[in-house]
Amino acid sequence: MVTEARRPPVPLLRSRPSSTAIGGFALVGLVIVWLIFQFAGNKSDFVEIFLIGITTGAIYALVALGYTLVYGILELINFAHGDVFMLGGMMSATVAATVFGLTSGQSGIVVWFSVLGTLVIAMLFCGVLNTSIELIAYRPLRGAPRLAPLITAIGMSFILQNVGLAWKGPNFIEVVDVLPNSNVFDIAGVTYKWDKLIVVIITVPVLVLLVWLVERTRQGKAMRATAQDMDAAAMMGINVNRTISFTFMIAGCLAGAAGLLYALYVTNIRYDQGFQLGLIAFTAAVLGGIGNLPGAVLGAVLIGLIQSFNEGLTAVHVLGMRIPGPPGGDWTQSIVFGILILIMVFRPEGLLGERTPEGG
Amino acid sequence: MAFRRPRGVLDPVRDRVGVLERRVLGDNPSPIAERVFNRALSAVVIGVLAALIFTPIYGVDVAALLAWLVFVVLYVPPWEEVPRAGRFIRPAIALTLAVTYPLYWSDMFTIPIFGPFPDVATGVKMLIFAMMAIGLNIVVGYAGLLDLGYVAFYAIGSYTAAWFASVQFANQDVHFGAVGIGPEVPGFHISIWILLALAGIFTSIIGVIIGLPTLRLRGDYLAIVTLAFGEIMPQIARNGDNFFGTGFNLTNGPNGITPIDSPGFGHTLHEATGGFLPDNYATALNSDNAFFWTALLLVLFTIFCSIRLRDSRLGRAWIAIREDETAAAAMGVPLMRTKTWAYAAGAFFGGIAGAYYASFKQSTFPGDFFVNISVLILVMVILGGMGNIWGVIVGALFLEYLDAEGLANTGAWLNTNLGFDIEVPKYEFGIFGVILLVVMLVRPQGLIPSARRKAEFEEGVSDQPLYDTTH
Repeated sequence: MVTEARRPPVPLLRSRPSSTAIGGFALVGLVIVWLIFQFAGNKSDFVEIFLIGITTGAIYALVALGYTLVYGILELINFAHGDVFMLGGMMSATVAATVFGLTSGQSGIVVWFSVLGTLVIAMLFCGVLNTSIELIAYRPLRGAPRLAPLITAIGMSFILQNVGLAWKGPNFIEVVDVLPNSNVFDIAGVTYKWDKLIVVIITVPVLVLLVWLVERTRQGKAMRATAQDMDAAAMMGINVNRTISFTFMIAGCLAGAAGLLYALYVTNIRYDQGFQLGLIAFTAAVLGGIGNLPGAVLGAVLIGLIQSFNEGLTAVHVLGMRIPGPPGGDWTQSIVFGILILIMVFRPEGLLGERTPEGG
Repeated sequence: MAFRRPRGVLDPVRDRVGVLERRVLGDNPSPIAERVFNRALSAVVIGVLAALIFTPIYGVDVAALLAWLVFVVLYVPPWEEVPRAGRFIRPAIALTLAVTYPLYWSDMFTIPIFGPFPDVATGVKMLIFAMMAIGLNIVVGYAGLLDLGYVAFYAIGSYTAAWFASVQFANQDVHFGAVGIGPEVPGFHISIWILLALAGIFTSIIGVIIGLPTLRLRGDYLAIVTLAFGEIMPQIARNGDNFFGTGFNLTNGPNGITPIDSPGFGHTLHEATGGFLPDNYATALNSDNAFFWTALLLVLFTIFCSIRLRDSRLGRAWIAIREDETAAAAMGVPLMRTKTWAYAAGAFFGGIAGAYYASFKQSTFPGDFFVNISVLILVMVILGGMGNIWGVIVGALFLEYLDAEGLANTGAWLNTNLGFDIEVPKYEFGIFGVILLVVMLVRPQGLIPSARRKAEFEEGVSDQPLYDTTH
């Protein structure tokens, strides 16, 4: 038997056109220079807008993780995920107002327990909802052509939107405003309010918990094995269907938490917001590298920053020069989806993802 | 792993039918006899069920009986077995019914639950959407590329018609063959007939531009990128009245562009044909009929092109890519070029349909191009049967009818007769979502599948490596 001589590992040749990379870096560089000038022009506004962006990004991160988890295991874009998030927000609004009897402007210890209780209910509700969606719309199509579950996902998304429409009507519904509005700090004209901090305070432990779950526990190991190779995982004695259900459960819980935070932070919600926000969160997941948990968080924070910079900054004067402002809120979606297209076309593995034969 | 259809509730019934069939036709019937028997049986079952349910409510209706007889004549005899002319008989009957539709629709009976037959204006919309669905079918059904942003092509076609046949660019003054517009009116006024061709070509160029970078992507990535295009398009239309503060008004923003000129043949042709060709559709005596027949011609043109494309070398390459991209590439099918052609062809018909629709409505608004419409056209293709042009047409006609009239009628019927209080048209897209879900779960090949597509769904195809091998 001929043994193969030990060879040095062949470096992977990336046949990426360098002009694309140069163009991409030039574009990013230009944006960074522009941001520096913006910062120099109006420091306190810039920092405040930055903090808003972090808060928005934290909410996007929770939704984006749901997309990434499901895509990682089934390679399916769960279009219905954004609408699960929306229903989670509606559920939180209802539970907070009726079950716990919260009213706007209320404060004190009872608010904290009520919000926690609402969080648990919203997470459970969305988890169960997401698992049932998988059971109804995706599981029967496990062996079908790839596009089949994608199409049922779109159908499911429209159904959930209409559930929201039937439940709460076509207009924005008001959500009780209970997050405290006092300042955490007020330094040099930069104010940071508690409602923003609370969003981050709730998001971070959830993320840590999720990473621990996927990286350290037995169930997480099963999830990773199923994601790598479903058939092989089944042969190793992993209950593939239960693992997938569990993944949808987790993703739904995250969407429920995001729904609660969104509802309490923005204080209004409408039946068709889930689809849009879901697409933005999906962009975040793709930006970070779909299937990659830290990537989804990074992408979400970046998208949150892009959104708040685009909507908040204005033209400033620095050193006698007029630095133009961003296109403004009318164009936020176009910018985010433009980023989605660029990333998909030029770097489909995302910022942190690795290029795999089937992952690109 | 093959995709197995679960045993349905109807399967015991099918077994009984098999027993009956053997009793009537003997043990070894010819395939034709078997086919005719099955069709006759289903026609009789439908007729008897309808008669049993609806005669007590509506009484005996001669028109309904006639409609059923037409259906039987069209469906039961083995027309396709008639030598030479066989394959034309059914389309010819259907075409005759369609062409004469404006003459008899008002005398037709009231369909139970659905209400009266759709009027001619709805008929125009149905035909326009049939055209779009056939166009999307080229992309989704033939080439297997899921396009969730087809509405972008429809939008580009509409705005092409709007730019060159309205007062939008008021500092220009170009008139060429437009009807019913005085020479003093500013703006571009080009004949709609020219604009239809122009919109088709322009839209397919845009399709190629969008397709070139994106078509390298796999199935679901392509879907999401096209969805992103579909989301960006209405935003550009909405914000296009003042691009980033430059003051350039391209789309007139949320107010849309209106009025748009109507098609017509002008005074000379009108006189020369003894009034057969209307000089201006908008002011013609029976304006809707003129629009209807023209739309029918456009649909026939689309069907013809679609069938010829499908059977061409290019069409066979599309189907090869759909079934197995890697194998197709190995056989020498140039993937990028073939896919880009699919995009261009699909966009072409979307553009024509959009331009014609804009001229029919005499307006175009950013709100017409939301992502819902892309999904609606996709539902048409999927409900009818991806890849089968006749199925797609049936799906498009039915769903656009529901969209325009059917749901309102059905809702009114439900509310008065069953005591509900639901605004059914409000839940239109939820209903379409249910249709998508149920069709994919129960009958993924669609109502009228093409034999090839059906086989793919039942036996499964290896479509795992949906990745450009030249990458």
